[in-house]
Amino acid sequence: MKLTIVTGLTGIAVLAFVLELLRRRKLQEKYAVLWLLVAVVIVPLAFFPRLLDTAAEQLGIASGVSLVLFLAIVFLLLVCMHLSWEVSRLEEEGRTLAEETALIRTEIRRILPNVDHGEDTP
Amino acid sequence: MINGKRVLIILPAWNEAASIAEVIAEIRGELPGVDVLVVDDGSADTTTPVALAAGAVVATLPYNLGVGGAMRTGYRYARDHDYDVAVQIDADGQHDPRYVPKLIDALSDANLVIGSRFAGEGGYRVRGPRQWAMVMLSLVLSRLAHTKLTDTTSGFKAVDRRLIAMFARWYPAEYLGDTIEALVRVARSGYQVRQVPVAMRSRMAGTPSASPVKATLYLFRAFLVLILALVRA
Repeated sequence: MKLTIVTGLTGIAVLAFVLELLRRRKLQEKYAVLWLLVAVVIVPLAFFPRLLDTAAEQLGIASGVSLVLFLAIVFLLLVCMHLSWEVSRLEEEGRTLAEETALIRTEIRRILPNVDHGEDTP
Repeated sequence: MINGKRVLIILPAWNEAASIAEVIAEIRGELPGVDVLVVDDGSADTTTPVALAAGAVVATLPYNLGVGGAMRTGYRYARDHDYDVAVQIDADGQHDPRYVPKLIDALSDANLVIGSRFAGEGGYRVRGPRQWAMVMLSLVLSRLAHTKLTDTTSGFKAVDRRLIAMFARWYPAEYLGDTIEALVRVARSGYQVRQVPVAMRSRMAGTPSASPVKATLYLFRAFLVLILALVRA
């Protein structure tokens, strides 16, 4: 019974944390959905840890703990890959912005040739 | 104007304040009718003011993007200002601007012309892993482009209007992407590639990397970039 209290409180804390981040607009919706799903899966399991053993048995996995570890690793791997993909996209966007600012600065130099553009203080 | 064509020389420059003025002066002396654009690739030195004082148009990137990023900036400028030809020249002075008219002549039956260091003129040689990398690249890329290419990583090249438009939209910023991946895409898209022999001069400033570890790393990276470029299509 004590175990259920510990895991149950943890599950609820995770869910509350995700909801709070979402409420404060710290998480974009596309990421929030992912973590909400995680919380929604964790909370019932926290209150009924036996569910896990039943599920593991159905899949031919010896213990529920192994099942959780396996799923957690797969999930985290996918999250990492997703973040790499996002970083690649952001770098490409940042690159395009840098190029645009350089070209705009070139045009400003042409239009206002006598203005100090701060070139001497790199 | 060279042969009735509006020509833009693009000099990608990263911390080249020591040599850039001389390079710009030489280009303006040898090729009076061309415009010079220096793309300052986030230099920490005085590349931008030195290039402006030497009479070039300068695009200053806020941080370092690598040659690919600098060159796409240059191609965008060329596209927006309606140039017929864009020629890339290294800012360290290793390329002789007197070859530019030859490159532009060769554009009459090609979309991309590469100034090759290994096609006869001059005494430029490399050895070890760096040479193996160049042999591998030249074998694969020559097949793809249906023409003999001996110096696929040369930073001395001229492109016509159609490729200016393509490179303004798409030009890889990753390491070696600006040479290998760009060439794979150009050849696969059906554009004509030619090479023209050029003699190289030793660099006016800066030091070429010659350590065997770096050369081996270069071989592996070149191989990886080539494989990626081939599967990306």
